[in-house]
Order: sequence, then C-alpha cells, then structure tokens
Amino acid sequence: MTPQLTLGPVLYNWPAETWRDFYFRIADEAPVDTVFIGEVICSKRAPLFDPYLEEVVARLKKSGKDLVFASLAEVTSNIDRRLVERVAASDEFFIEANDASALWYLDGRPHAIGPYMNAYNEDSLEFFAGNGARSICLPPEMPANGIAALGKRSGELGLELEVQVYGRIPLALSARCYHARAHDRTKDSCQFICDRDADGMVLHTLEDRPFLTINGIQTQSYTCLNLINELDELAASGVSRFRISPQSTGTVAVAKSFSALLDKEITPAEANECLQESGLDAPFSNGFYHHQPGMEWCA
Amino acid sequence: MTQLFKPELVCPAGTPAGLRTAVDAGADAVYCGFQGPTNARNFPGLNFTLAEMADAVTYAHDGGAKVLAAINSFPTAGRTEIWKKAIDDAVSIGIDAVIIADIGMAGYMSRNHPAQRIHLSVQAGASSPEAINFYCRNFDIKRVVLPRILTVAEIKKVHDEIGCEIEAFVFGNIGMMAEGRCALTNYVTGQSTNMDGVCSPASHVHYEEDEDRNLKTKLGEFTIDCIACGENAGYPTICKGRYNAGHKQEYYAFEEPVSLNLTRLLPDLMRAGVTALKIEGRQRSRAYVKAVVSAFRQAVDAYSRGDEPDISNLLALTEGHRETQGAFRSKTWR
Repeated sequence: MTPQLTLGPVLYNWPAETWRDFYFRIADEAPVDTVFIGEVICSKRAPLFDPYLEEVVARLKKSGKDLVFASLAEVTSNIDRRLVERVAASDEFFIEANDASALWYLDGRPHAIGPYMNAYNEDSLEFFAGNGARSICLPPEMPANGIAALGKRSGELGLELEVQVYGRIPLALSARCYHARAHDRTKDSCQFICDRDADGMVLHTLEDRPFLTINGIQTQSYTCLNLINELDELAASGVSRFRISPQSTGTVAVAKSFSALLDKEITPAEANECLQESGLDAPFSNGFYHHQPGMEWCA
Repeated sequence: MTQLFKPELVCPAGTPAGLRTAVDAGADAVYCGFQGPTNARNFPGLNFTLAEMADAVTYAHDGGAKVLAAINSFPTAGRTEIWKKAIDDAVSIGIDAVIIADIGMAGYMSRNHPAQRIHLSVQAGASSPEAINFYCRNFDIKRVVLPRILTVAEIKKVHDEIGCEIEAFVFGNIGMMAEGRCALTNYVTGQSTNMDGVCSPASHVHYEEDEDRNLKTKLGEFTIDCIACGENAGYPTICKGRYNAGHKQEYYAFEEPVSLNLTRLLPDLMRAGVTALKIEGRQRSRAYVKAVVSAFRQAVDAYSRGDEPDISNLLALTEGHRETQGAFRSKTWR
C-alpha cells in the first residue's frame, strides 16, 4: 500500500476562527491525504466549532482530502451520548470510533478505529475487521515488535494500519477536567478555561521539570512524539498511514517534512532539522516504539 | 427504611489464603488472577497457579461463594496464546465467570466457551449504555464492571438501558484515570498498565530525604510528591502527585492521595440497580480483607433487611487516610 499521511483531529480548544483558518490552511497547503475533524476530548466544546463546520468540510473536500469524522473518546454524560449519536449515526461522514459507544451506532458500517480503542493484538484486529473497520490507528504505547506483528495480520485482513508519528502523545483520559481543576472550577462550570492553552497546559514536577500536558480530561506527554527516524521501518512493517497530531504551530511544515521524506526528497536528518525549527517547542520522544519509557528519545 | 435488593459482595484475593479469608468473612464472590501478565494486578508474590485456582474454586463453592477469574489485561501481538490458555484453564476448573477487558479475548471466549459467563472488566472502559450494549450484542456479556467515572444517577440510567448486570466498585484504592485508558506509568517506566498489568511498579519507586528532612517520593526520575517531616507519604502514583502549573504551584493536579469509600452511598447504589458491589485490593493483607469484607457484609445485609446499619466500622477502615466518594456522588467532582 502507498504510504499516506493523515492529520489527526485538533485535540485542543482553539478559538473557532483559528480552528477554521487552520483547516483552511491544511486544505490549501498541507500534503496530507486524510484529515480527521470532530471533537474527541470534550462534548462541551463541540458546539463552538459548529458555525464553521460546513465551510471547513467544503474546503477540505474541494482540496481532495479524504475526510473522517472522529467520535468522542470518553462517554459519560447525556451531552456526551448525544454527541456520539449525532456523529456516529450520521451517514454523511466516514467515522473514526474512539469509544465502543460509536461502534453501537455504526453497527457494521465501514469505519475507522481510533487510537483510543485499545487494539493491541491480532484477535482484536480480526474482530474489528469483521465488524466493518477499514483502518486501525494503534494505541501510541505500542512497541515496534507489536506493530510488526499487527502489520502482518492487518495485510491479511485487508486493514490499513495507522500509527501516530508526530505531536504530543495522548496518555490518559479521566472523568475529571484537569483544566477546570487547575482554575478551581468543575467540568460543568469550566467557562472553557482550556482555551488559554493552544497546546495544552504543561505540568512541571516540584523541581520545575516539565513533565506532562493537560488538555481538559486528557493527559498528554510533555514531549513531542517524533518517529521520523522510524518511518522506513514502520512502512516495512506494514503500516500504511502515518498520523500527524496537530499542534498550534508548524503543523503544515511538519507535514511537508514527512511528505518530503516519504518521497525521498530529503533525508531523515534533514527532516528532523525541519521539525526542530518549525514544530512544537518541546523535546522529541520515541521511547514507546523502542520499548523504553515513552518520554525517552532513542537516537 | 424499606427493604432493598441484596447485591452480591465481590471481594479481592491476591493469594489462596486471602481467598479463604474472604470466603470465610462472607464474600458472595471472590475475584483473583493467574500469575503472570494476564491480569491487571501483576505484582510479585501475588496471584494463583492453576492448581491453586482449582483448589480455590472448590473451597469457595463449598462455602457457597463464586470465583471470578480476572484475565483482564490486554495481550500484545504475538502473545495472545498466554491469555487464551488462561481462559481455557479457568473454564476447565469450573470458574463461575471470566473477567475480560480485551475485545479480541472477548471474541475468543464467546466463540470457544459460549456457555461460560463473561464479565466485562472495568479495564474495557465501557461507560455508556451504548458501549455496554455493544459488548452485550457481540459477546453476550452477562455483567459489566463500571469504570469509576460515573455518578450514581448515571449508573441508574445505565442500569435502565442495558441488557446485563452491573458491578460497581465501592471501596479501596482508586486511580484518577479512566480504567484501561492510561499509559502514564509506561511513559515514565517503560512498563505498561494495559499490556503488563502494572501501575507505578515498586521497582521504579524511590524515596529520598533532602537536607530539611522532607521526603521526596519518586517514580523513575520524576518527583511525584514531597512530604514534610511527620506527614504520611503516599505511594507515588502519577495521578496522585503534586505539580506546578504556570499559575498554580505545588497542587494535586489530578487528585490528592485518597482512596474510595462509598459506605454512605450504599443504599443509593442498591436502589440504582447495582447487582454486585466490588471491593478493590488484591494486593492487600488478609487482615485488611477480613476487616473490610466483614464490615461490608454487615452493612449490606442490614440495608437489604431495611435496617439502618452501624457504618462506623466501615468509616473507620479509612480513618487516618483521606477518602473520597470520587465521581459517584455528584458531577461537581468532575
């Protein structure tokens, strides 16, 4: 399969106009094949982007991108449930399921399995494929040997395998909103305080060492995942889709670097240099892939 | 007070002796795991061999209790045979139910052992009626262990809309992240909660005293908390550590070092239609298990008779430690 670049959903609460302009720019400039839209983290945020959704969808479609609508990753309240139903029951979009509640509505229709779904082994792949999955984005903690084993099986099942290769790593979900908590509010009374942090709120240890990143109910890495050095190996393992997770700066440049590397126009060293210059201002990590602590960088 | 439906009391056992203690103390069911990576409490010195599990089933059944096998971590690619063998073994010794988290293993069970009860593990993270019904539809699960992220009101709603029983945690250690959806330990230690069944492994925990005799608790190279002399140092799990954010210093960004105690919510949970009440703590001592199980036995029996039990015993179990009702009481916890 020809390797494809995909752009994961925006995970942060950006001002709606910024969100719109980001996708316009992606449509016009970013060499990605598939674009994921939709609110994955917080159902309260979803309506903020609705006024621009139609325009964004039209612009992305016009640019020839494949469009996938991602469903909510954690479902507890009635608002969450209504959002999942609205997204997953719609036949307007191809859906990425990030929680089993979306699978309930999809009921065998072709769809994608998102990185929050815990597809760790061959048996899970088989179930998902039999249930209508066309592609599966693996959990970010999956090490190289696991990816390779699944790459082999996914080929036999006709599944496309996807792996996140860039951006902050999603590490955990909670019922509690840690953005609200940091500002002495609750999830219901948050007043959308998460909009202050375009790439999440960095938590430091008591010795002031940057450690984790808070994004509402989600906890992410402080480090920025970068699998540019592993791209060839991933492709050889049977991974055909490489996911870039949007950050507030440099996402288009990052996509261009990955694209140029896939087209063999630049070397991994040159690509890394571009990422360093234009991407997120945080150290790189690739530890999960090398079966090391996820925060580590294995050169 | 009116009589309430009497729920099963589901109790932890990390060892055969622990299981006998729980059965003797009045557990209706005991859950335990095999040694190795197949269960979510893969700690050294804990869990059962096949022979021990078989004896445990006999002992429990003689005492009128059930045994539930927790085979609830996520097999990694190329290793699923270990989990499948654990499932086959559990079925072969007459286990009452197998607790499963992985969707592939749920498929394996429902195909190969269609008559065997499947309980959907808390690690599967099925928190909505739609998610639970999806598992019912595909794997005929008989019970869901709910993630500790719902209010009692939401649990009631779930109960009214699903086609299986509900098991809810009521007591013990509580992580702050949704179960089955946390890679924080792996991010720091290289060992995975989902794949290896460990959270904040002791091998990576260190305590360091500084010059002012403050005690730093560390996981790997990261300081998780710093406790002044004389205070109780909690076990360093990332989600109960103290951190700095730009505008806020030295605060528990996720939660304080608390444990779950839903004693005061027991009647509400029973009214919400919960079939089984679960006590956490397979890593705990026999004395602890005996005290907790006996106290819950008395309280549950009293409520189901319509009596008001003396819950001071239960409240005393966490005395000296901070406790929480977590997500269960109200949405303001979120």
